[in-house]
Amino acid sequence: MRRDIVLRVIAKLIIPFMLLFALYVQFHGDFGPGGGFQAGVIIATAVIFYALIFGLPAARQLLPEWIVETMVASGVLVYAGVGIVSLLLGGSYLDYSVLAHDAVHGQERGIFWVEVGVAITVSGVMLKIFYMFAGRRRDEDNG
Amino acid sequence: MIDALVVNALLTMMVFIVLVMVGQRNLFAVVILGGIYSFLMATALVALDAVDVAMTEASVGAGISTVLLLGALYLTRGDEAKPMRHSTIPLIVSVAVGAALVYGSLGLPAFSDPNAPIQTHVAPRYLKETLSATGVPNAVTSVLASYRGYDTLGETTVVFTAGAGVIALLRRRRRIREDEER
Repeated sequence: MRRDIVLRVIAKLIIPFMLLFALYVQFHGDFGPGGGFQAGVIIATAVIFYALIFGLPAARQLLPEWIVETMVASGVLVYAGVGIVSLLLGGSYLDYSVLAHDAVHGQERGIFWVEVGVAITVSGVMLKIFYMFAGRRRDEDNG
Repeated sequence: MIDALVVNALLTMMVFIVLVMVGQRNLFAVVILGGIYSFLMATALVALDAVDVAMTEASVGAGISTVLLLGALYLTRGDEAKPMRHSTIPLIVSVAVGAALVYGSLGLPAFSDPNAPIQTHVAPRYLKETLSATGVPNAVTSVLASYRGYDTLGETTVVFTAGAGVIALLRRRRRIREDEER
């Protein structure tokens, strides 16, 4: 598919909007449908789309394996870290009310960071699984 | 009324797709039918006003899993092999389990019954308080991230574990092959 000019041009046109939509789903999830999980999947989909059109090596150059592997773990750490921070600020684990002066603002802030953590881990895992499968050659097991 | 009609039509189409999938031996067709199934499911969820779940179903069920299954399909042959023997016992087991589940569902309260226990326990409090207590108007988000924050932390850990498991399995195989080449 790398030679097809139509696919390449359309992909370059669409991918920025996909990423923008993912950010919208992520940060507008408090008000409309969506949230970290959906946004993470959409981010992964945009990169997978790029890999399908321009080839896996190009995608690996864009988003190297070590970044993806770091994302897999760091999302969970961000989520658990919010809990630790609320512990340090005198609340119970994952009690967001203590994260700001006002309990409601604290809740908003906690939900924001928790959703960021979910998005990072989900997009990292989805991408890593895709990289793993797409990186294998056919009949590798029989060789 | 129209909602119920739309949902029932979609569910009927899903039943047909499952029947076609069961009879189909071409794995490519099965993967694509699976994607269609997920899209129908997502549409049914939109008709049920569960947009958050519909979005997840469309992006994960129809999007990512279809791509991953196609990637896996590339590594294998495109047709399912003929089974070695008749699978009568598995058929009986799955029909029996399905019948037991249907029998169990008869005891549940009617679908979207406002007086069902699940609607009268904590759900009204969440719906009433979500804006004043968390500042987040979308009750799905506030329940998921705040009221049920522990559950979501567990879920994220499950996703992490799945990723770690895939990395461990596929990496190990690559290393074994390099050892054999040596």
